[in-house]
Order: sequence, then structure tokens, then C-alpha cells
Amino acid sequence: MIVDRLKKAAPSLLVLAAIIAVWWLAVAATESAIFPTPWQVVTGAWELAQDGTLWEHIGASLFRVGAGFGLAAIVAVPLGLWMGWVASAYRMFNPVFQMLRPISPIAWIPIAILWFGVGDVSPIFLIFISSVFPMIVQTTSGVHTIERRYLRAAANFGVSRSVLFRRVVIPAVLPEIIVGMRIGIGVAWLVVVAAEMIALRSGLGYLIMDSRNAGNRYDLVIASMIIIGLIGLLLDSGTRLLEKLKPVRWRYVR
Amino acid sequence: MSAKAIVVSGIRKSFASGKGSLPVIDDVGFSVGDGEFVAIVGPSGCGKSTLMNIVAGFERADEGSVRVGGAEQSGPSPKGIVISQHGSVFPWLTVQQNLMFGLNGDHHGDKAALADHYAAMVGLKGFEASYPHELSGGMLKRVELARAFVVKPNILYMDEPFSALDALMNLRMRNELLRILDEERHTVLLITHDVEEAIYMADRIMVLSPRPATIQATFEVDLPRPRKLSSAPAQALREAILKELGL
Repeated sequence: MIVDRLKKAAPSLLVLAAIIAVWWLAVAATESAIFPTPWQVVTGAWELAQDGTLWEHIGASLFRVGAGFGLAAIVAVPLGLWMGWVASAYRMFNPVFQMLRPISPIAWIPIAILWFGVGDVSPIFLIFISSVFPMIVQTTSGVHTIERRYLRAAANFGVSRSVLFRRVVIPAVLPEIIVGMRIGIGVAWLVVVAAEMIALRSGLGYLIMDSRNAGNRYDLVIASMIIIGLIGLLLDSGTRLLEKLKPVRWRYVR
Repeated sequence: MSAKAIVVSGIRKSFASGKGSLPVIDDVGFSVGDGEFVAIVGPSGCGKSTLMNIVAGFERADEGSVRVGGAEQSGPSPKGIVISQHGSVFPWLTVQQNLMFGLNGDHHGDKAALADHYAAMVGLKGFEASYPHELSGGMLKRVELARAFVVKPNILYMDEPFSALDALMNLRMRNELLRILDEERHTVLLITHDVEEAIYMADRIMVLSPRPATIQATFEVDLPRPRKLSSAPAQALREAILKELGL
């Protein structure tokens, strides 16, 4: 069993090892004074973990993503359901959201600074803006793609509107909502780093800029990048766990 | 013949198409007695499903009337449950939750016990907590039948109910359905393109013409049950119906 899993993981581990080897050899060959070796990255990260600042930065970033994404979900899911169900609401709001959606969250940074100043609120706002639209769109299209046979069956059994909503519409859309959340949290994590690079005194994005500015600590820059990648992976697999829930499994099997 | 469960008279239906309107049903009238099993056979695309949708209340005819249980058909209701080819068992509910879905209000007593009773009747005992994606196609069909029986409908509207199943399961489900109908007298309106299925189960068979659909011929199936499709009278009836269908 363990041998099997190792066999499956072997190719990707090999690629990873090759990247590290090439990196190491390149740094050694060019005798770069600034670009760190993989080992320097490890010791740099260890140093930060030891004095506790690494955990503060991670905590700050996660808090902002949690707040911005949470607010976005609270707004997007009911709004998406409503727009999906009520045709006039869809006609009213969809064009606006379709126009706002392709605007990069980075473009909102000046406005965020103007409205909310430099603090925790600006990045939370940016994360909200970036993750709310994909979740609205996904939820709405989830309602639109409910198979007619289920709605017909509900009509046939003469259920009330509230039962129709609770037992048919919401469970039918739930898998799409989860997909929307996966997209939303992915975008949110991308944006928190960008937002922190500009405005704040904490967070992983800040750590990257600060490490460069305070004496070209590229070992810490790269350590932060790797940590951001790993946390992003964890967030995604966290939301993927939702796909394993019994009432939504039907959508992902076969 | 006792009271009429369904009385259809003079219905017509057209659909708007690119150039004007396309007549689908042209002056169809028939009635179905209480507890009777009537099959409608017709070539594919002849408007069978549209006819059933109108009788079951999901669509309105342009002309004519549909009376169900003595009253004008005003829309879908649990008094007449549709069983269709691809089924509509909710994949996000367990078997038991699906069976309880139609039990609204408080007059049903112990809903779970009622659901389990019908689950056992169709052979789903032990699968009450399973989700549909864990079941085979035949089992899913049983869930759908049981979900209909639970609400005690007067009429079952069956639109090619078993045609998505493999041949063996199709034969088995016919027998299952007849066995349950022996216990729970329901009126059945079956739509099918399978002549043998109609002969095996129905009391009366109506043959529809190609579009626009009219009733071209009606056959009483006066054969003792359980029926043998290989018997001479069944074969003769099959020949006669196929001849009507132009085969």
C-alpha cells in the first residue's frame, strides 16, 4: 500500500528534485551573490519560523482571505440563487456583473485605498470584489442548469414553494456553489498577496516586498513564494473535501 | 364499465415552428375507465409524449377538454404521477427521503414507515439509506415506482417507463408492475413504442397515426393473465397492431 503510493508519487517527486537540482547548479555555476540556493531558502524560512514572524504573516493573510471570502459567499449565494430563479432579477443584474467581472481586482486598489485607507479593510474589500462575482455567476448558472425533469417531478407531487426551494433547488445547485467557492477561494488567495504588496505591514505579500527592500533577502522572497503556493494548495484541497459530502456526491461520481 | 378516470375529447395541439404552426395532435378523444390499463402505441415523433403531457396537466391543448376524475384538468397534481423514460428520482436524497418527498402535510401518519412499506413492496428493503448513484438502473426504476405508489395516486402516467432499461430488466419490471397493480388498483395510461409491452400489460391498446396524431385503431386485449406473448392470439394481435403501424 505505502509502496504503491510511493510509486504513484515518484514521477512528480522526480520533477521536483530535478527543479531543485537545476536551481542549485545554476546558482553555483553563476556564483550569484543575491539569488539564494535551495538550502539558504530553507534556513531563511526556519529563521522566520523560529522568531514567530512567519506565523504572524500567515495568520494575517488567512484572516483577510477568510473575512473577504466569507462576506463574498454570504452575498453571492443568496444573490445567485435569486438571479437564477427570478428571470427579471437576472435581466436586471447580469449585465452589470458581467461587466464588473473581467476588471482585475488589482485595478480596484486605488479605489480601495481612497475609500478604506491603508489597513485591514482594503485587502478584505479587494478579496470580496475578486471572489464575489465568480461565485454569483456559478450559482446562477447552477440554477439555470437544474434538469427540468426534477422540477417537473416536484410540480407533480404538488409540493409548496418552500419545499421546492429547500429540497430541490438548493440541493441541485449545491455542487455548483461548491465549484464557485473553489474558484472564489483561489482568486481570493491570488489577490491577498497582490493587495498586501502595496498597502500593509503584515501578511505574506508584505513579507515578500519587505524582504527585498530590507537588504535583498531573496532567500525569504522565495521562501514566502513557496509557502504561498503550499497554502493555496491546502485551501483548494480543503474546498475539494466538500465535494466528498454525501448530498453532493452524485454530481461528481461517474 | 365503472366511473371514468380520464375523459379526453377533441383535443388539438400545434407548435409554432419556423414557418407558421406545426400540428402535432389532431382531434384525439378517448376515455379510460377507473382501474383500467390503457396503452397508447405509436411511431416515434408522432406526438405521444405531447399527448401524455396534456393529459397529465403539464401542457395545455389548443382545443378540446381533458377531464380527470370528473373535473377539468387544471395542472399537475399528486393524483396522477408521471413515470418517464429517464426517471426523476432526486439524486441528492436517499431512497427513503425520495419516497417521503411527496408526503406533504400531517395526514400521512408515520411517513418513514409508509416509505419503508413501499420500499419493501418494490424490493428495495435494505436500500432505504442508499443514494441513487449507488443503485443500478433497475433499482432506480423501482424507487421511482415506489415514490409514485406512496402518494396513492389515482392514475399512473407512464411514458416509455422501461425503455431505458436493458431487455431482461425491462421484462422483469413489467411483471413487477403487474404484481403491484394487483395489490393497489391504479388506473394506468401507458405510452410506448413497444407493441409487445403493450400486449403483455394493457387491457386496451390504442394505435396513434403519424403526426399529426389521431387515434387510428383500438384493440381490446382480451387475454387471460399471466399472458404468454408466444401464444397464437397474442401473436395475431401483434400482427394486427404492427399492420396498423405500417409494418
